Amino acid sequence: MIIKETYPVKADDMTCAGDVSARIKRHMKRLGIPSSIMRRVSVCTYEAEINLVIHSDGGQIDFEISEDRILVRARDVGPGIPDIDKAMTEGWSTASNEVRNMGFGAGMGLPNMKRNADDFHISSVVGEGTDISMIFNI
Amino acid sequence: MTIQEIATVLDAKWLSCPEEGQREISTAFASDMMSDVLACVTEDTLLLTGLVNSQSVRTCEMLDVPCVVFVRDKEPLGDALALAREIGLPALKTPYTMFEACARLYMAGLRPVELG
Ligand SMILES: Nc1ncnc2c1ncn2[C@@H]1O[C@H](COP(=O)(O)OP(=O)(O)O)[C@@H](O)[C@H]1O
Ligand SMILES: [Mg+2]
Repeated sequence: MIIKETYPVKADDMTCAGDVSARIKRHMKRLGIPSSIMRRVSVCTYEAEINLVIHSDGGQIDFEISEDRILVRARDVGPGIPDIDKAMTEGWSTASNEVRNMGFGAGMGLPNMKRNADDFHISSVVGEGTDISMIFNI
Repeated sequence: MTIQEIATVLDAKWLSCPEEGQREISTAFASDMMSDVLACVTEDTLLLTGLVNSQSVRTCEMLDVPCVVFVRDKEPLGDALALAREIGLPALKTPYTMFEACARLYMAGLRPVELG
């Protein structure tokens, strides 16, 4: 293991949304991760972080780099997702107009995470929370 | 085109990092929805947007976007501009609408991104 970090993410605070993703990106840059991989990890981390801010009651992002792969895991306490297939559909969103005015809530986050990660796993329990793991091969 | 040439075509004002004027850019993407930007941009591409909060600049940081243009003379919010300066992102402000800004850049030779 080269790096293993956990970052808390606060709900509802759009002004800080992206801070964790920026820190994670800085780690990758310092370690010389190829830019095409770095871009994919950053897109997924950022979308996951935004989801924690706008859809959950707060959570955390675990970030791990080892020799051959990067793991990003976003877990939260919150309402959970009743129908994951629906949530994975491009364009499907329950985000508020306020969130849309901030440039998010297009219903593209989860499908985009799945497309960019080499391995994507989501589980969710209604009334408890959501857990997303993404792996990127280096 | 260089960012300086882009600024000239758009009659734009520099808001940050004018020292990056000689950097070359060949493609552009225009949107107010950052999720669309995050889904479509996979190369070093100019971003045109009407979104003036810090999420526009964060999105550029995540994607290594080399320059952002704010359209319709919209003034980016203070924290957005501070973040642009911190990460070394050139930001421009043009008086033109999104449509006209895109048209001017297309006529000047910029091209769309390739969708995957
Ligand atoms: N962490 C989460 N907790 C609860 N619901 C979520 C979470 N992440 C996503 N969702 C649900 O899945 C939908 C689709 O998510 P996403 O594709 O990221 O689009 P968006 O965030 O733009 O709505 C959201 O609108 C929301 O209803
Ligand atoms: Mg989302």
